[in-house]
Amino acid sequence: MYSNFYIFRYASVMVIIVAAILSSAAMFLKPLQDENFRIDKMKGILASANIEATTENAIELYNKNITQEIVINNKGEVVSDFVDGKFVSGDLSAFKLDLKKELYKKSKGLDYNIPLLVAESNGTKTYIIPLRGVGLWGPIWGNIALQDNFSTVIGVTFGHKGETPGLGAEIDTKNFQVQFVNKEVFKDGKFQSVKVVKGGVAILPTDMQIHGVDAISGGTITSDAVSEMLANCLENYVPFINKSK
Amino acid sequence: MSDKKEKEALFSVKNRKLLINPLHKENPITIQVLGICSALAVTAKVKPAFVMALSVMAVLAIGNVIISILRNGIPPRIRIIVQLVVIAALVILVDQVLKAYVFDISKQLSVFVGLIITNCIIMGRFEAFAMANRPWESFLDGLGNAFGYGWILIVVAFFRELLGSGTFWDIPVMEYLGVYDFGYKNNGFMILPPMALIIVGVIIWVQRSKDKTLVEQK
Repeated sequence: MYSNFYIFRYASVMVIIVAAILSSAAMFLKPLQDENFRIDKMKGILASANIEATTENAIELYNKNITQEIVINNKGEVVSDFVDGKFVSGDLSAFKLDLKKELYKKSKGLDYNIPLLVAESNGTKTYIIPLRGVGLWGPIWGNIALQDNFSTVIGVTFGHKGETPGLGAEIDTKNFQVQFVNKEVFKDGKFQSVKVVKGGVAILPTDMQIHGVDAISGGTITSDAVSEMLANCLENYVPFINKSK
Repeated sequence: MSDKKEKEALFSVKNRKLLINPLHKENPITIQVLGICSALAVTAKVKPAFVMALSVMAVLAIGNVIISILRNGIPPRIRIIVQLVVIAALVILVDQVLKAYVFDISKQLSVFVGLIITNCIIMGRFEAFAMANRPWESFLDGLGNAFGYGWILIVVAFFRELLGSGTFWDIPVMEYLGVYDFGYKNNGFMILPPMALIIVGVIIWVQRSKDKTLVEQK
């Protein structure tokens, strides 16, 4: 029979050893994981602009296609401009900007910055806007690529931490994302966003159908979260867009 | 007392049984009906199924050895918690390693890697085998059960991917065979979780009709 003291000692020692092992593994693997996250982010950004990248060529394609990275403040002024590998003004990296922190500042009514990435091919610009929001079980994120009129959607990508597989997690599938193509973010010059509609876009009035996509059956909360994320992130760009028109 | 036992060959008949029995007669999925949840969750494609099988193998084999080494010191009153801590620690390690080295697959497996913790095969083997046997035997038992789990997973995934997506290991097999020209279509139903259970059911059926000793006597 084991004494209570033995049991306590056993449990404590075990927990300390396990904690030490896990934290050293986490520290050791962190650089590799961070690099993977960075490449994955690049892939997401490229994919929204319909550029298919693999893990191997993501960095190369990113550097080739994303010609400009801009940081904008909430008044629509350019804070930092990074063109062809050089800072033209400011020194904030739009790619590295932590959207989570900036959106938190927004929710607290503070000044915040937002990133805007520009891909240029054959003289036409594609604007890519990173997105971040709150899903059912954890964070959701994504990118939306707009034509140079800042309204027509070229493509989107979404990712999630832990939405329900088969239901909410469907937001990261092609089938869901392809619906966004050619939808409009602005309606007669007014910000409208693109909504994920429960029951399908068919229930919307005809003139609104261009601003909606079908929701996922069984994934209503995640679908709503996507609408919310799009509206919350895209509206920040309205002052900038109005200025540049 | 264990003089004789220690001289036992590494792959004696008894030890080989530990490795081979779980493949068929004591299969964790088809006979003991454990680990069904993950069997239906990760088998839409062969690749994640394969990685899942490998991950479970790592956790089960290493975990069995750890528990077996500790078995004489583990206070029985907290043994389940000790087992859980070992499983959880190993699963977190596996998850971290996947994230670092095979990120794409880790993304596909997402929550399921975490769910290895709840895979009852692992807890079952710790409790039923590793707590009462020496490390080497426990290691073999862990490997054997993981193989038993893994081959079912891969067979199920093979059929689901082939018939559901027309691919094998993401290679478009059906396209190469040219069956689409004859009007063949992928069966989307195969992608859905219920089909995993139906395929597992078919495997159980085949297995039991071939080996009548597996059929329970009423």
